[in-house]
Amino acid sequence: MDLTFSEEQDELRKVVRSFLAKHSDEAEVRRLAADERGHDPVVWRRMAGQLGLQGLAVPEEYGGSGFGYVDLGIVFEEAGRALLCGPYFATVALAAEALLRCDDEAARTDLLPGITSGETVATLALTEESGRWDEQGIRLTARETADGWQLTGAKTYVPDGHLADLLLVAARTPSGISLFAVAAADAPGLTRTPLPTLDQTRKQTRLEFAGTPARLLGAEGTAWPGLARTLATASVLLAAEQVGGASAALDAAVEYAKLREQYGRPIGSFQGIKHKCADMLMEIESARSAAYGGLWALDAGDEREIAVAAALAQTFCSEAFTRVAGDNIQVHGGIGFTWEHPAHLYLKRAKSCEVLLGTPSYHRELLATRLGI
Amino acid sequence: MELDFGPAVRDFRDELRDWLAAHLVGEFAEHRGVGGPTDGAAWEVRLAWDCELSAGRWLGVGWPQEYGGRGLGLLEEIVFEYEYARANAPYRATVNALDLLGPMLLQMGSEAQKKRFLPPILAVGELWGQGFSEPGAGSDLASVRTRAEREGEEWVVSGQKVWTSFGVHADWLYVLTRTDPQSVRHKGLTLLLLPTDQPGVEIRPIRNLAGQDEFAEVFLSDARTGADMVVGEVGQGWRTAMATLGIERGTTLLPQQLTFEREAESLIDLARERGALDDPMLRRRIVDAWISVRIMRTTNLRTLAELTTGRTPGAQATTAKLYASTRHQQLGYLAMELAGPAGQIVGENYGLDTRQRSFLLSLAETIYGGSSEIQRNIIGEQFLGLPKEPRP
Repeated sequence: MDLTFSEEQDELRKVVRSFLAKHSDEAEVRRLAADERGHDPVVWRRMAGQLGLQGLAVPEEYGGSGFGYVDLGIVFEEAGRALLCGPYFATVALAAEALLRCDDEAARTDLLPGITSGETVATLALTEESGRWDEQGIRLTARETADGWQLTGAKTYVPDGHLADLLLVAARTPSGISLFAVAAADAPGLTRTPLPTLDQTRKQTRLEFAGTPARLLGAEGTAWPGLARTLATASVLLAAEQVGGASAALDAAVEYAKLREQYGRPIGSFQGIKHKCADMLMEIESARSAAYGGLWALDAGDEREIAVAAALAQTFCSEAFTRVAGDNIQVHGGIGFTWEHPAHLYLKRAKSCEVLLGTPSYHRELLATRLGI
Repeated sequence: MELDFGPAVRDFRDELRDWLAAHLVGEFAEHRGVGGPTDGAAWEVRLAWDCELSAGRWLGVGWPQEYGGRGLGLLEEIVFEYEYARANAPYRATVNALDLLGPMLLQMGSEAQKKRFLPPILAVGELWGQGFSEPGAGSDLASVRTRAEREGEEWVVSGQKVWTSFGVHADWLYVLTRTDPQSVRHKGLTLLLLPTDQPGVEIRPIRNLAGQDEFAEVFLSDARTGADMVVGEVGQGWRTAMATLGIERGTTLLPQQLTFEREAESLIDLARERGALDDPMLRRRIVDAWISVRIMRTTNLRTLAELTTGRTPGAQATTAKLYASTRHQQLGYLAMELAGPAGQIVGENYGLDTRQRSFLLSLAETIYGGSSEIQRNIIGEQFLGLPKEPRP
């Protein structure tokens, strides 16, 4: 039984937390939230160069460090705690995973080293107007021409799509779902429109393709299983991020409940507040079990277990983060309702995480189907 | 759930599996899964089963050999409880002494007390009951009023105890008493061991909501016990009692877990039978019930991994009881709803089926061992560091 963290993993957490305390404090989060690029390229490079965070779980042959998903989960948990802005989730949880799961060794060798070195910002463009994360939601078409494959149609709600150097695009071809790579800089026929987001800490983009040339990854029509697996992995990593965000919201609530006095005593001494905080911790620890269960499953590699644990993690952690972030505002009272106070940043991140890979209802149904319920 | 605890305990596990296969037969096998921490069903069979276990030297696996145990480690204890639960053997009648009194004596008892009391526990020769709660001291245990006075070489004890699980079967009680009449709250309390076979002790069963005489009230009027029957120090009974309640070695986590998993599976089967899976509202609640049971499992595995690697259990260990007890109740409510009108019909003499019994008894889980409200206070104050409520 090794369902606990090693000393090395504790150390990794400490290093990442102190890095983010410096580079993703509240002032920086607010600055980047208001900035269209949404991240600091210098910090992005340091994350890769100093800490190797982009390639942590990428095998060494592609320039990564070959660590496991439990390790990567620690980074996502800390990123969630610090409300890290920027394309870390899009690049690592979505794009790098999609490359690892597609059947195209040459593409991996070409494209992953740029990601792990911090050169490349990448994302996965899957959702369209319907907002669906399933196979049927993919309508954008790819056509094979004399000059190679071309994409036509639109993707939207694409995380960090406006600043990605590399777009991995799921498209429909005559024989099914296929995955394509587009180098975004100067790609002909590509229009990128940033979307103003409720949660300003994670940017979204609408992408329009008009006969844009693209590189087919793997065999035509065979991409869906790899994409489904990518979404499962990303679901677990997002769950870890959600746990981190919820933990930070609880810390803030508890700190405030100790200081704020009403009726001549700290509000945290009233059971109404104390019990709410206790329930928040219970919710978080349960969410932690859901997320960690997913991380352990990813490292163990049992595909059925991964599919189940991922759907469970997204269902539970989405609802837990949103609830805890809302309770944090309630504990803070009026001040928690202001723009000036950071409580709303967590609530908004919680809501955007909740739908980022499909709603809790969607994941609950995935889980039911996977369990045969 | 299949857990492999590694090669170090494989021989032990195999020995146990073989023994269970050979001995969990006949009447014992017919009582698979019967009984629980607040379930006194089939007491005589379960007592006989405990004697069988004792003869196989399976009680007190982790207790030192000099007191009749096997002297094995925590991992073996956990493997024992896990395999035991997997085999769905009857719930042990002696669990109170094995899980609470025994570990308390091992930690705080005198050598003479250990020698005197531990071997009969493992031999199923003496049964024990807990005398902590009183009519005026439930969640507020420090309000204990039962008095004990020293008279020569004896303590003379008077007062009333209540909610003593399986109290009518107890040969001995461990009792929290007030030995300093001037004292208030946590000070001046003393923990005493007291034999029940004497005129000053009257034990009356209390019928629980499932219709079982499972717990009891205990009337003490000048009941006597020896001066050497103090566990820990005189006046330090609160510490002794809290140490008992605080002994969480993780051994009970997996058996409870397997019970919950069996119930969740049976719930899904029931839902399938009744076509409830096509109802989107019910379907959602059924999936959520499954989720909560799976989360309990991972939470338990996290705690066990920490305990077996010698780490201090994390926050999840403090919230697990609140989570498990509240979610288990929801599971019960849902199961009863799915059972429909048929679930409302009981057998002769208020005979309950497994589902009905589990549902009704689950209502105790948010009360005993510190109610959910007390749990939230503990989490808030001891774990999150929130200030205590000022005393009026």
